This record gives sequence, C-alpha cells and structure tokens, in this order.
Amino acid sequence: MQTYIAQKPKTLGKVLIGLGLFFVFLLLILPLTLIFVSAFRGGWELFTSNLLDKDMLAAIRLTLWVALLTVPVNLVFGTLIAWCVTKFQFTGRKLLIAFIDAPYAISPVVAGLCYLLLYGNQSWLGGWLDSQGIQVIFAWPVIVLVTIFVTSPYVARELIPLMEAQGSEEEEAAMVLGASGLRMFLCVTLPNIKWALLYGTVLTTARAVGEFGSVAVVSGAIRGHTNTLPLHVQLLQQDYNSVGAFTAALLLASIALLTLILKTIFEYLQNRKLSGSLH
Amino acid sequence: MTKKSLRVLPGFTLSLGLGVFYLSLVVLLPAITLVLQSLHISWDEFVFYITDPRLLSSFRVTFLAAGIATVLNLFLGVLLAWILVRYQFPGKKLVDTLIDLPFALPTAVAGLTLSALFAQNGWVGQLLVPFDIKISYTFLGIILAMVFTSIPFVVRTLQPVLEDLSPEFEEAAETLGANKRQIFFRIILPHMTPALMIGVALSFVRSLGEFGAVIFIAGNMPYETEVVSLMIFTYIGEYNYPAAAAVAMLILITSLLLLLAVQLLQNYYGKRHTRV
Repeated sequence: MQTYIAQKPKTLGKVLIGLGLFFVFLLLILPLTLIFVSAFRGGWELFTSNLLDKDMLAAIRLTLWVALLTVPVNLVFGTLIAWCVTKFQFTGRKLLIAFIDAPYAISPVVAGLCYLLLYGNQSWLGGWLDSQGIQVIFAWPVIVLVTIFVTSPYVARELIPLMEAQGSEEEEAAMVLGASGLRMFLCVTLPNIKWALLYGTVLTTARAVGEFGSVAVVSGAIRGHTNTLPLHVQLLQQDYNSVGAFTAALLLASIALLTLILKTIFEYLQNRKLSGSLH
Repeated sequence: MTKKSLRVLPGFTLSLGLGVFYLSLVVLLPAITLVLQSLHISWDEFVFYITDPRLLSSFRVTFLAAGIATVLNLFLGVLLAWILVRYQFPGKKLVDTLIDLPFALPTAVAGLTLSALFAQNGWVGQLLVPFDIKISYTFLGIILAMVFTSIPFVVRTLQPVLEDLSPEFEEAAETLGANKRQIFFRIILPHMTPALMIGVALSFVRSLGEFGAVIFIAGNMPYETEVVSLMIFTYIGEYNYPAAAAVAMLILITSLLLLLAVQLLQNYYGKRHTRV
C-alpha cells in the first residue's frame, strides 16, 4: 500500500480548488480580517482606551487566572489517563475512553446546568460549601471547575493516538535495564510525546480562554467580577459598543491564531520525531 | 501467597486510580446531579414542560438548522478534504492550517464576527441585499453559525482516509475500463463512507448543542429563531430548574446516543483515529 501523492490539478481539479478556496475565503479569512479591521475602526486611541478600560482589564485578569488554574490540572490528569489507557489492557478501558470523550458531546449550556445544580446553594454540596463560607457558585471557583470539565478531553485526546502508535517497547526496555518509573517517564516517554503534549496544552489553553456557554450559565456574568473575556464580548455588544466588543474579540482571535501557528510547528516537529525513530 | 503483577510498566494503579477519581469528580458527579434532579420531576410535569409550544418550535428550529448545516458541511468537508489530499496548489498549507480555526476561535467571537459580516450593512451581507437575502438575525444565520463551528469535523475525519486510499485501486479500475464517475462512486465513495458517517455524526452533535456562535447571529425571536440551548439558558435565568433539567436530559440523551453510534462505527470499521 502506498499513500496518495498530491498532483498538479487539471481542469476539474482547478474548478474544485477554486470553489474550495472561495469557501475558505468567505467563511474563514473574511471573518478574521473583519475582527482586525473592526477593532481598529475608531483609530489607535479608541483601541487602547477600550483595551485599558477597567472592566476589560478585570475580564482579562479573570480569564488568565481561570486558564492558569485549569491547564495544569488537565495536563496532569490528561497525561495520567492517556498513560493508563494506552500502556495497559484492563476491563472497562473502552468505558474510560468514552468518559474522556463525553464533554465533547455535551452541550455547553447543559454542562453549565449540571455544575449549577451541583454547586448551587440548593444542592447538598453547594449548601455545605455555603455553610463553610466558601462562595463557589457565581464566583471564580465554579468558572474554573466548569472550564476544567469543558477542556478535560484535549490533552488525553492528543496523546492517546500517538502513544498507541508508539507502543511500549521503549519503556519496557528502560524498565528491564533498571530505570525507576519516574526516570523512565522523564527520559523515555516524555521526549517521545513532548510535542503532542505541548499542543494539547496549547489547545486546552485556547479552549479555556474562549469558553462561553457553560461559563455564561454558572458565572452570573457580574461586570468586573465574574465576567470572562468571551462574556465581555457579549456584554459590550449589548451595550452597542461594537468597537469595544471587537477589541475583546481581537484578543481572543489572536490567541486562536497563535494556537494554529503553534499546532503547525508542533505537528511538524512530532512528525520529524516519528519518522526519525523509524530509521 | 501474593500474586505478582505481570505488568512490566509501572503506574497502573496510580494512573487508573487518579484518572477514575478525576473523571468521577469532573464528569460523572455533575452528570449524575442532573439525572437526579430530573428524577424529581413527575411524568405529568415532564410532559407539561416539553410540550410547551415555544419549546417545541425551538426543537424544530434546532434540529432543522443542525440537519441542514450538517448536509452543507458534508459537501464542504468532502470538497476541502479532497482538494487538500489530491492536489497541489499555492496556499495549500495555509488552508490546511486555517481549517482548524473554528476549533480554536471562541464561539462568542465567531458569532459576533459572522453576524457583523453577514448583516445588511456588512461586507458580505450588503452584496446579498439586492437579492433580498437576509442571513444575520434569521434562520439562515443559525445555519451559517452551525456550519462554521463544525467545518473541521468532516474534513479532519476524511483527510487521513483519503490519504490512505492507495492509487492502485483507481488505476486497476481505470485499466478495466471504468470512467471517472464510476471510479468515484464505486471505489472512492465506499472507502470514504465510514469516516464520512463519523464526521457527519460529530458535526450534527456539535450543531445541536451550539450556543455561543448561534445566539449572536440568530436574532433569538421566540417561535422563529430560538434554539434549544437558548431555551435551557432562559429557563435557568428564570430559576425554572426543573424545566431546564427536563430539556437538558433530552438533549443529553440524544447527544450521548449519537456519540455511542460514533463509537460503534469506529470499532466496527477498525481503529481509524479521528482527530477532533
């Protein structure tokens, strides 16, 4: 079997490429351009004054804080789960994989509702937390919790196919040669998966920063307090401050673009690593 | 006598234990809370909640829009995957990278931007005014938002499959006298079908639950352009948790059944990994 090698297009091919490029331009390139143009429509000064607005800064701070707490948690547990399901065979393995994928299929509003019911004051857990004086619902802790839920699959999903393809011979060799578990992980596994792990982290960060639906349900969207950057986009648009909304959108779109660039780089490096280890 | 573990690699108990603990806390416990909450609802109440005409219209709008968006995505996805695998053209790497934009771009930003772009004074919207086509703040806008957010699903599930399709099959068919159309429908399409079904299911599930992108562009008129996610959101805002839970359960069960179908398809057709 050989894989397909791309060829120079003939007439039909050129038509198809033209059609494809038209849709890419219409649906992907134009919207991106519009964000940048709209954010600077009022000139540089309006852009900076929007950016340095006190509610905007509070939203940026909260969003970064949420990402800062979410990403390490999902990085550690995502790696653990990927290790567990790719290096061992056990009953319930398929079920565990299905559970990792579940947040993909759950609508963000439904996810938000689940967390609202669990941590709201009317539930046993929420009521207990409240009696301890810990404010979770409509405050930053629940935003972090629901963001952990929404972004939980990304690291594991990046790692699982790769670790399955790599097998575990190299790790077994390290163990037989007397390496400790930690040493084996740091010196054998980690170098093999590092680019995929990095991309998983970047993707988790991007989704954590951009989560809207579930956060809208649990946060209460209190201006300056529980308003994340995506919620702030909506708030500014409802205030008829379109330039302001696009300023917030610009920040988020820049993170998305950075994610795509890093993905391309990491994938290139990971593939070089994969093909290098085969020779 | 203790049974010694046959596993060579360390960390099984640790990773399984912590992994199950984490998933129970993050995924299972909140989901169970929703199920328990919905068990409090009597059958009569449940029927009362889900037969609200406004809710029923929102179901019709959501399923219809998600269905149309998925069909459009099917064609768009096949087209994009096809040109990316089969042809060389300038800017190919850029297109390949941009396909993932809808995954990376926050849904709120997508909704805001698309609604501005396709509004009647927007760059694209004003071109459509002479034809009397309105996209933003109409049903078409919902479809557009759903198409945008699920572009990558079909492309990314199809790409590896098309790359794996060895040219020998087509060459053999050609030698045996098949024309281009026969080759596509008899050789290539059957090979793509499993991946297509998976991509379509994933993009339908995503469209059903889409909230952020849709509410910016839909106009959100009751009975006309209101989606189910927004209805749940509205119930929550009115502290009508039982109604929210009842509708959420329905959506959750639908999505999980579709996801289960995807899993079965994936197992049935062997382990082709889909990158989501």
